[in-house]
Amino acid sequence: MDLNLTPTELGFRDQVRAWLAANVPADWEKHRTEDEMLARFEFLRDWQKKVFQAGWAGIAWPKEYGGRGATLMEQVIFTEEMARAGAPPLANVLGLMLIGPTIIAFGTDAQKKRFLPNILSADEIWCQGFSEPNAGSDLANVRTEAKLDGDHYVINGQKVWTSYGWAADWCALLTRSDPNSAKHKGLSYILVDMKSPGVEVRPLRQLTGESEFCELFFRDVRVPAENVLGQVGDGWNVALGTLMHERATLGAGMQVAFKRQFDRLVELSHTIQRNGHTAAEDPVMRQKLAQSFIEIEIMRLNQMRAITRINQKGVPGPEGSIQKIFWTELNQRFQQVAAELLGPYVQLTKGDRAIDDGGWAYSFLRTRGNTIEAGTSEIQRNIVGHFVLGLPKSY
Amino acid sequence: MQFGLTETQTTLKNTVRKFLAAECPPAEVRKQMETETAFDAALWRKIAEQGWTGIIFPEEYGGFGMGMVEMAATLEEMGRALLPGPFSSTVLLAGSLVEAAGNDGQKKQYLGSICRGEAKATVALLEDSASWSRDAVQMKATGLTLNGRKLFVPDAAVADFLLVVARMDGDLAVFVVPSNAKGLRITNLPAMDATRKLYEVTFDNVAAELLAHGSHARAALDRALDIATVGLVAEMTGGMQRLLEITVEYAKTRKQFGRAIGEFQAVQHQCADMLVYTESSRSAAYYAAYAIQEGIPEARLAVSVAKAYASDAYREVGNRAIQVHGGMGFTWENDVHLFYRRAKASEVAYGDAAFHRERIAKVVVDGKVGSAEEEKVLATDAHG
Ligand SMILES: Cc1cc2nc3c(=O)[nH]c(=O)nc-3n(C[C@H](O)[C@H](O)[C@H](O)COP(=O)(O)OP(=O)(O)OC[C@H]3O[C@@H](n4cnc5c(N)ncnc54)[C@H](O)[C@@H]3O)c2cc1C
Ligand SMILES: Cc1cc2nc3c(=O)[nH]c(=O)nc-3n(C[C@H](O)[C@H](O)[C@H](O)COP(=O)(O)OP(=O)(O)OC[C@H]3O[C@@H](n4cnc5c(N)ncnc54)[C@H](O)[C@@H]3O)c2cc1C
Repeated sequence: MDLNLTPTELGFRDQVRAWLAANVPADWEKHRTEDEMLARFEFLRDWQKKVFQAGWAGIAWPKEYGGRGATLMEQVIFTEEMARAGAPPLANVLGLMLIGPTIIAFGTDAQKKRFLPNILSADEIWCQGFSEPNAGSDLANVRTEAKLDGDHYVINGQKVWTSYGWAADWCALLTRSDPNSAKHKGLSYILVDMKSPGVEVRPLRQLTGESEFCELFFRDVRVPAENVLGQVGDGWNVALGTLMHERATLGAGMQVAFKRQFDRLVELSHTIQRNGHTAAEDPVMRQKLAQSFIEIEIMRLNQMRAITRINQKGVPGPEGSIQKIFWTELNQRFQQVAAELLGPYVQLTKGDRAIDDGGWAYSFLRTRGNTIEAGTSEIQRNIVGHFVLGLPKSY
Repeated sequence: MQFGLTETQTTLKNTVRKFLAAECPPAEVRKQMETETAFDAALWRKIAEQGWTGIIFPEEYGGFGMGMVEMAATLEEMGRALLPGPFSSTVLLAGSLVEAAGNDGQKKQYLGSICRGEAKATVALLEDSASWSRDAVQMKATGLTLNGRKLFVPDAAVADFLLVVARMDGDLAVFVVPSNAKGLRITNLPAMDATRKLYEVTFDNVAAELLAHGSHARAALDRALDIATVGLVAEMTGGMQRLLEITVEYAKTRKQFGRAIGEFQAVQHQCADMLVYTESSRSAAYYAAYAIQEGIPEARLAVSVAKAYASDAYREVGNRAIQVHGGMGFTWENDVHLFYRRAKASEVAYGDAAFHRERIAKVVVDGKVGSAEEEKVLATDAHG
């Protein structure tokens, strides 16, 4: 066991830290409401451009496609330092975390050249068109049709819950290319230009009040056949690659973000009153704060073990499901602790009296999505039960 | 960065597993727990021959000189096998305390005999208050004479000597007392986990030898408790691992409604939760071991994180193991309850989850980082 960073990694971390210290914009954490969402997104896109130009986007991606050609560990360090510095997230989150790595794994050289640099520079924003009204947890039930017509595929169908669909230039679309197939066979993973005629985007308002996700409609949308990623008919395996990345990587910066939130909550606990003394002096709140600290810390340790495993085996495995169960459920418990500590103040969403601009109210609501997006907790437990523990498939 | 066992550490762990599978299978555990002391001299000799009684101690005292991570790997296997008897009390608790508190001569004598497998030992710390806080120690030493009562002393009846924590001139002191000392009475406290016996020990004008006094004694006690706690958390992880394996195996083979019960999600998801608890405890246990080994500043915090988490986790894993076994899980014959009993004994040993959460709060909420601050607080408590 050796948890120290190598001298190279330490040097890299110091470089990242110094750059972030000089470049992270102050006081950017507003623009949460619906009317401000677009402005916020443009701000985040500019920020990513700046990060890209400084050479920090795609740390572990190959140099020839605009990446830094560095190690996974350095990617993790960068993500952690971003969160530690309270830097804004990068706008093209799905392109960077999920779709880019899938293109690196399955793409042709031409596809890599065409798509990867623009993902890094945020010139092309991506969304992930997997879920459909009748294909959520049962993703293999995808019905959106892709029919070959000459050298094009013609796409018809509907996607739903597509995050950033309204901002996206491109969509990683899971389609059924063989109409006579069922379930995992006969699917194809196609890269679709969102400006193609026949694509319609309808924002869906979510529980938090904003419209981060959308419905997508495809009516006779023509896509060049060369935009299929991986083999025609092998879309399930390509999609699975994305899902594994999703589970393995979503947590990385999250842990540090939770820790920052935790530190802020502790700060608040010294001023907020509970039962005639500060929350920090309240024995019940102390227990709950400590429990949140324990869980956030164990998330960090689990993550280090997971990264060690990816480094040894090269790819994320079904163990990512353990991580996903752990961090999503801990976040829900943590936000409840925060809500208890803030008491009546947690309800306030904006205005002078709202603590931290209503950020806690937003987090409390947003965290309910954690155990649904990227595969529900029930599906993760099915995966753990079947693929990790070897129990019979339950469905 | 590499968070996992090295090849040599894995080899050691496998060696311990094989050794215990041969020397201490479940039938043997049951045999020993039915005895008065849960101690088997022949097994102890074999463990000593492997060098494990000196595992973390310097070679100059007859030890094996290994690190905390190796210790954790060994203890994980011992917990998995539910090894009965005085290993932890002798080696981790008493051994570490002698190492940290004693002078060279005392280490040669007491630690040496532990390392060589010649002596068993234990620590008498808790009193009627049953508090793991150092300030709760009330028993007084008048000069080198002890009077009073200690409770929950593990394995006292097989110990050759006892380390006793008492108050001398208002501050903590650590003494050593041979178990055949005049005025010493050792009485069994019948308890849930029969694989490790607990005792009440009374002192009636017992003559003692001083190991350490004041800040030296306090620091030594902290160190010994930290090491013993890490060992315990590793053991707990091993116990959880075994419960998980037994339960998954049962869920695969037991059929109801024409199929394996493991196919029902209500069962499968309980197994998945058991895995999450087990792996998370493992992360916490090995990190704490590593932190002590490397002497990193947050080591004590890491120990509390691990113990608080595992205390809840082992019980939760046990709850699920019993549940999935149905009626079988409620029988004496099935091994699950043996682990469940051990889980409860482990939960309350060296401070339960609530105790360690409060310790964590002192650091992360009150900002009392480092032990210097804590030393100050305790010193005022002791003298004021
Ligand atoms: C905030 C957010 C962002 C999202 N972003 C995207 C995106 O960008 N792109 C995209 O493609 N999708 C996205 N999704 C969709 C998400 O992947 C799906 O919502 C999720 O997979 C669940 O599918 P569903 O909503 O159809 O629920 P259902 O599958 O209908 O599930 C309903 C309930 O039944 C349970 N259930 C279903 N099957 C089983 C089973 N076999 N065993 C046990 N329980 C079961 C589920 O766990 C759940 O509790 C997003 C969702 C959210 C909430
Ligand atoms: C203290 C005690 C007293 C008892 N007294 C009596 C008595 O007086 N008379 C008598 O006849 N019986 C008695 N029983 C037996 C008791 O009714 C059974 O143990 C119980 O019905 C479970 O059956 P099982 O033990 O075969 O477990 P199993 O049926 O094998 O169940 C094992 C596990 O699988 C789960 N499981 C099984 N099927 C499903 C499913 N379809 N969906 C989800 N989960 C499932 C169960 O919930 C359980 O967790 C007693 C049991 C106990 C513990």
